Amino acid sequence: MLFEELTAIAEKTKSERKQVCVRCCMSAGCMSSQADEIKKSLEQAVAEKNLADKVEIRRVGCMGFCGKGPMVSVEEKDETIIYQEVTPENAPSIIGAIAGGKAEAELGDSKHPFFTHQMPVVRSHGGRIDPEQIDGYIEVGGYTALHHVIQDLSPSQVVEIIMQSGLRGRGGAGYPSGLKWSMVAKAKGEQKYIVCNGDEGDPGAFMDRSVLESDPHTVIEGMAIAGYAVGASLGYIYVRAEYPLAINRLQLAIKQAKKHGLLGDGLFDSTFNFNIEIRIGAGAFVCGEETALIASIEGRRGQPRPRPPFPAESGLWGCPTLINNVETLANIVPIITKGADWYASLGTGKSKGTKVFALTGKIRNNGLIEVPMGITIREIVEDMGGGTPDGTKIKAVQTGGPSGGCIPVELFDTPVDYESLMKVGSIMGSGGMVVMSEETNMVDVAKFYMEFCMEESCGKCIPCRVGTVQMYNLLKKILERKATILDLEALEELCDMVQNTSLCGLGQTAPNPVISTLRYFRNEYLELLQPLPGEKID
Amino acid sequence: MKAQQISPPSADKRWKIIDVKMRKLGYKSHALIETLHSVQEAFGFLELDALRWVSKSLRVPASKVYGVATFYNLFKLKPQGKHNCVVCTGTACYVKGAAKILEAIENFASIKSGETTGDKELSLLTARCIGACGIAPAVVYDGNAAGRLSPEQAIEKLKGYLHAV
Repeated sequence: MLFEELTAIAEKTKSERKQVCVRCCMSAGCMSSQADEIKKSLEQAVAEKNLADKVEIRRVGCMGFCGKGPMVSVEEKDETIIYQEVTPENAPSIIGAIAGGKAEAELGDSKHPFFTHQMPVVRSHGGRIDPEQIDGYIEVGGYTALHHVIQDLSPSQVVEIIMQSGLRGRGGAGYPSGLKWSMVAKAKGEQKYIVCNGDEGDPGAFMDRSVLESDPHTVIEGMAIAGYAVGASLGYIYVRAEYPLAINRLQLAIKQAKKHGLLGDGLFDSTFNFNIEIRIGAGAFVCGEETALIASIEGRRGQPRPRPPFPAESGLWGCPTLINNVETLANIVPIITKGADWYASLGTGKSKGTKVFALTGKIRNNGLIEVPMGITIREIVEDMGGGTPDGTKIKAVQTGGPSGGCIPVELFDTPVDYESLMKVGSIMGSGGMVVMSEETNMVDVAKFYMEFCMEESCGKCIPCRVGTVQMYNLLKKILERKATILDLEALEELCDMVQNTSLCGLGQTAPNPVISTLRYFRNEYLELLQPLPGEKID
Repeated sequence: MKAQQISPPSADKRWKIIDVKMRKLGYKSHALIETLHSVQEAFGFLELDALRWVSKSLRVPASKVYGVATFYNLFKLKPQGKHNCVVCTGTACYVKGAAKILEAIENFASIKSGETTGDKELSLLTARCIGACGIAPAVVYDGNAAGRLSPEQAIEKLKGYLHAV
């Protein structure tokens, strides 16, 4: 493919667009509520009303407001109307409204803080383009960033741009991406690899699924740019098997990119080759850990190994390997297109850019949001989320999944950035944000996560394998009102031990939900304790 | 020793699909997980004969093949029911009462999570998180996700699938 051909596709696609674009959300959430029936019903209505010359029905990825799905939007000229909780029955009236009728479907509020507080960078195409058609991605400038880096920049210049942008890993730990890229670029080796970590295992998180389902080409293009920057010619995308739609759309996207010559040998008439293969997970949370993920791609049990050596030096089959999370890679194209300075101007001092969160749990407006770093939890939960659906009081919000912690309502003015969240005892994590109300028992929450870690522990190191079981049993004992203060002390001791002696991130962070609930909700633990024998009962 | 085709355990045509998969990946040992996915897709579970055959074909010790097959939650070593029902127990679903849904279905089908009914009609499973948190609590019936369910609705839906031909 040449640049001229790329622009020709973009122009042709643009010229063929119709006056009105009706977008129908077809990501996993809305699909479960008959989104495909809705699309059929919309198409039928267009045909019946003879509007085929004027109206286009477009399949799009996640529009974000999953709690009010299925979503349909109508864009005419510069105006967009949103409909929510659409059904196949009332969908035709949306088409009727274009011709001057009245829509029966529920009107959404596009001026709601849920939408206006957002800053789409990673999700700028999500809910706008058809993820199953490469032409739609090319129309909005797709693959021009890849062309730009191959034609105009040296690999080291690309690494420098990522370094300057201040981008940090979105998988949870927040390691500076530019630094990682430069380590792999500098590493010696004939063969290097790019690995995209799409093993989004944190329960309560679906950012990566949504990005892969809504805009797979951004991830592919980001991987190719990474390949050029570090000198890798092959990339693997590791996706969990629980995401069949994301896998299908990725497979399709890779096929289309190959057909268009945007993946393969001699990209844009250069000597740069890049190919991508998909590897499907088989249901093991620990595979999100990078060394375990590598073992899994190599066809082995997904068990982590000690680092160093880091994958940047010795990764897949012993070769230097760059592992980045889906969201991290989805940030690459915007950074290349708009520049490192632009990106660095978003967010806070040490946390640049935006973060995608899955806002779920006891919250009125649940769904996927992308917000600038530095926004407070209060703005997210109260303004955007609109409080609890049943009016009960919010107690805490949990971020970071089983490795994270609970942030109590008193600390809701904490800004969302890597350091601030760490300071209050939680972590940014991959982006799950689960809201808990008064009705949620925090000891039970700790037990829920501990059960998760216990079952997902790979069994390789003893502190994690045995420690999680013991902590789980103690939590269970406390909940059954059979424990005493001595058990609580044992639990705290175990937390410390498992945290400090486990081999990988899973074990090291497994005690976090206990530690953070103990820190802020110690009373809930104490209330469940029994007096020691001989202790005086008040 | 050169990678080569080893004759499958039986004349069943499905073995061919699996062999194509292994050939595509060059009968390399790292094709193991991908191959097991194919076996499970074709046969519904991983029977011992299949594991032995994959072990020989990829020249991976049987112990390692078994190790991988038992490590990953998704691989099933026993035949599954005609229908399957996966209750999501992710955090969002947990907060919204997934435990009650699971309990209701367990009582309805008289099996525990991870088991299959005696008539081989239904396998009940749980998932760590299916990523459909926006519609929590969610249940996946024969691969189709349904959300915002009450325990009663979850059972009604299940009945619909069980009685479908």
